[in-house]
Amino acid sequence: MARITVKGVSEIRGPIIVIEGVSGIRMGEYLEVKLPNKPTRKGRVLAIEEERVIILLYQGTYEVEKDDIETEFFGRTMQLFVAEDMIGRVFNSLGEPLDGLPSIYSDEYRDINGSPINPTSRIYPRDYIETGISSIDLMNTLVRGQKLPIFTGAGLPNNRLIGQIVKQARIAETEDKEKFAIVFGAMGLTMDDYIYFQRLFEETGTLNKVVMFVNLASDSPAERLITPRVALTTAEYLAFDKDYHVLAILSDITNYCQALRAISVALETVPSRKGYPGYMYSDLASIYERAGIIEDSQGSITLIANLTMPNDDITHPIPDLTGYITEGQIILDRSLHYRGIYPPIDVLGSLSRLMKDGIGEGYTRKDHPSLSNQLYASYAEGLDKRRLAEVIGKKELNRRDQILHEFADIFEEDYVNQGDNYRTIEESLNLGWSLLSHLPETELTKVSTDLILEYIPNKGADSV
Amino acid sequence: MTNSDEERARIVTIKGSTVEVRGLSSYRMGEITYVGEEKLIGEIIEIERNLATVQVYEPLEGLKINDPIYLTGKSISAELGPGLLSNIFDGIQRPLEQIKKTSSSSFIQKGIHINALNRDKKWLFEPNKKLTKGHLVKGGDVLGSVQETQTIKCNIIAPPKTNGELLSIQEKGEFQITDPIVELKGSDKSKKELTLMHEWPVRIARPFLKKIPVHEPLITGQRIIDMFFPIAKGGTAAIPGGFGTGKTILQHQLSKWSDADIVVYIGCGERGNEMTDVLREFPKLVDPHTQNPLMNRTLLIANVSNMPVAAREASIYMGITMAEFYRDQGFNVLLTADSTSRWAEALREIAGQLEEMPVEEGYPAYLGARLADFYERAGQVVTLGSPYREGSINITAAVSPPGGDFSEPVTANTKRFVKTFWGLDSNLANRKHFPSINWLYSYSGYINIIEEWALESGLEDWGRYRQEMFTILQKDDELQHIAELIGSKALPADEQLIILVADIIKEGFLQQNAYDKIDSFCPLEKQMKMMKLMLLFNNRAEILIKNGCPISLIIGLKSVQILKRMKEDVPNDNIVQMNKMEDYIHTEMEELGSKYGYRV
Ligand SMILES: Nc1ncnc2c1ncn2[C@@H]1O[C@H](COP(=O)(O)OP(=O)(O)OP(=O)(O)O)[C@@H](O)[C@H]1O
Ligand SMILES: [Mg+2]
Repeated sequence: MARITVKGVSEIRGPIIVIEGVSGIRMGEYLEVKLPNKPTRKGRVLAIEEERVIILLYQGTYEVEKDDIETEFFGRTMQLFVAEDMIGRVFNSLGEPLDGLPSIYSDEYRDINGSPINPTSRIYPRDYIETGISSIDLMNTLVRGQKLPIFTGAGLPNNRLIGQIVKQARIAETEDKEKFAIVFGAMGLTMDDYIYFQRLFEETGTLNKVVMFVNLASDSPAERLITPRVALTTAEYLAFDKDYHVLAILSDITNYCQALRAISVALETVPSRKGYPGYMYSDLASIYERAGIIEDSQGSITLIANLTMPNDDITHPIPDLTGYITEGQIILDRSLHYRGIYPPIDVLGSLSRLMKDGIGEGYTRKDHPSLSNQLYASYAEGLDKRRLAEVIGKKELNRRDQILHEFADIFEEDYVNQGDNYRTIEESLNLGWSLLSHLPETELTKVSTDLILEYIPNKGADSV
Repeated sequence: MTNSDEERARIVTIKGSTVEVRGLSSYRMGEITYVGEEKLIGEIIEIERNLATVQVYEPLEGLKINDPIYLTGKSISAELGPGLLSNIFDGIQRPLEQIKKTSSSSFIQKGIHINALNRDKKWLFEPNKKLTKGHLVKGGDVLGSVQETQTIKCNIIAPPKTNGELLSIQEKGEFQITDPIVELKGSDKSKKELTLMHEWPVRIARPFLKKIPVHEPLITGQRIIDMFFPIAKGGTAAIPGGFGTGKTILQHQLSKWSDADIVVYIGCGERGNEMTDVLREFPKLVDPHTQNPLMNRTLLIANVSNMPVAAREASIYMGITMAEFYRDQGFNVLLTADSTSRWAEALREIAGQLEEMPVEEGYPAYLGARLADFYERAGQVVTLGSPYREGSINITAAVSPPGGDFSEPVTANTKRFVKTFWGLDSNLANRKHFPSINWLYSYSGYINIIEEWALESGLEDWGRYRQEMFTILQKDDELQHIAELIGSKALPADEQLIILVADIIKEGFLQQNAYDKIDSFCPLEKQMKMMKLMLLFNNRAEILIKNGCPISLIIGLKSVQILKRMKEDVPNDNIVQMNKMEDYIHTEMEELGSKYGYRV
């Protein structure tokens, strides 16, 4: 495609520039802006109104001089060169190396926006992933190919949890460990968090399996808009062209959404809630929906994203819209954290929508579905009783309510609070049953008598 | 439209999912246009002097100013004829399986033009024997039939505006969908051919003879719906709820188990995997009413969240038009849309690009009107044409309120136009009480109609059981507030009993596990029997309490567990076992009663 070069701009506002009097420009096209004595900046055509071309500059417009710049339009959308060699490397959001090694040269390149997967080409994810964490494995099972965000609050140990997942989760089939890769998209991360992840990959020996795309808090917010797209383009290539099982980690979605809001304000679009643009749902969907499994490929993309809820508010547009798109969420709870419980997973608020088909006979164990249902139900009741006890005092509870209250306590202290220990699914299941043995059989309405006899034999014996 | 027109027509603005076009000598609202060299599909949605705005159903990347534009002379239409069922389409009725084959890609590419209906397939057409030469054929008349799927015989009907004298009709035989099967002579002597298919502009409701009152329930096999908040065939219901409250699962359940003849499932801006789930599961499931594979009566539209937003806007109309097509054949159709909020957001996004004045939360002023038009297309009707047919469309639509707040514009407007409201409650969902339909603020506007129907259908007790159970639940709610302050231990025994029975009802009746082999679908007889047993228990326990029996003994009865578990423990057709349970409950309570001077 022929390139077009133009000198000067007519408007500059925020990260947006407007160029007039140029024709033949394409919607969405990639461009580079040359500034005298400064590094070239990159951008994208956002809209074209007759002679006016509206452009987003990823590195912002600071120090751009009105007449002294030259814009080169590439006649195509932004593309990323992709190759298996990317594994083990560190790039910025534009795919330029940050590790001092040469750029990627490849015959293969991809449009970073991707295309929607045809629903008839998807394979419904069913293979559960053992993470070693009971609150996930038993209660909110992760499935290969799932998109599952972690809703966290400032200061909660979400990164430690991700670290554990990276360390422990068996995402690839055991026999083919080689075909496993992590794609990490850092969006507006602080240096501290970034260093944490770097260490994590080093310590877990996964550094040579990770592709990193890094946009730090100090980097341009506009560039943040492409970080997840570049990361997922790489993930798609590895998973769907090269048959890798990819764990994609994005952190932090909240920083991404704030950048999105800043750009939409500059473009003067009509805001919906809290100043976030009305198209944020579709925009986030264009990221999250890239996870999954497709026919004609042995690979998969499992997507885990950090999402810091502003003021711990789950109804804030960022977690809210995300929850409407992803296949569940893991929620971290501040009060559990303050009580020293790790991982502080809010088991009831969390959800894995793909769990139903990944568990049970032939997958995990036959008792899994009803056992987890019973644990949810009894724990939920136990929490009600705890709230009641806060009002009337624990002594005023009747016998049954006291037992349930205690059940909630031990559920949190013994079950959720597992620290960094690894529990196999077998161990998590058995521990679940041993918790249930604290309850009278009349409470066990979600598990069949056969299962009770099998897993709590002494309980089954004294009932008729 | 002339060729020179096309030569002059040019794109002048490209923004979001719309382009502006100048240079045509005439514009028609709603006309389908092909945009740019790739011929992306679009529709004219606004005209201002010599400038037309086109909403484009595909991504706009790569378009340039001055790119050409081609008019088609058609409005956005659905192809209607045999071959729709068991299929999955995108928001503008392109068949997704075909797209996959043609492009040999797992991803949806741009600029693909494929007809909704397969042109090559041959169908065995059986003519309507009553039609003979000279017969006056009018819109809606049945010309013959085609066995569309194992379950569904598709009536081939004359398109609504037909009017002519029959010149010829084909004998029984195999035809492609575009082959002429009927030849007519119009009043102006012109000849007209009718085929197995016709097209209909989706934004216009298909005509019918008249609307008639709804009169029977849609049986869904979901207890809280059938017994507490029923919906009539031809009725409308909204399913609002925050994320993860169970809207999609409920819609899957309705699509699976309802006694509708045809199901149109619209995945409008939701997850890809959910559509894959339906595609994977439905062919394996058997319709409990006909014993046939469910897929035979199902038609899917998938315009998932990352597919173009303009096509999402169209998908709702595409779906309802196909539903009307089956209604006009005389079927009861269930249309379920997940989620109308995503559709409203698409509307909002496009309105924003047109720089229309937003009213509430960025939504355009006509949001309410559009919703009204959509729900108006539901109902029970007498169709056009002969023979006499009645058909119906149910609309059950998910609403996804931001932050789960029901006062937001889409939920509030929807409430004005639907008669049934199944409000999903995130507190219930969080404790895994599913379906999380809240029994205190949900309602059905069809109770009286269905009560009448129940009386005629041998379910005389329906209204009474329902009322009794409701009363218990309502009292329970009041008591819960008190118990939260003083603890239930401090309540008198008869009030503790209400809490116990309400607990049995909630767990044993209202909760229904979609993933349980038995409980996923619950037949009416079993629903009634379950209510009967629970109320029996309540009645006996009340007498026991009056006679001084301590509540703790009643709580400890095995009957309590039986009542909570019979939904999953008793196979749906095993009335004998239900009767045995009834006996057991009788006996157990009598035994207890004998200690407290109570006799049956
Ligand atoms: N009847 C049911 N039986 C068992 N589980 C259920 C039932 N209904 C819902 N669930 C559980 O709730 C989860 C969420 O349900 P669903 O996907 O229908 O929510 P939703 O309201 O459609 O959410 P979203 O708005 O995000 O799409 C399911 O994955 C399932 O675990
Ligand atoms: Mg849903």
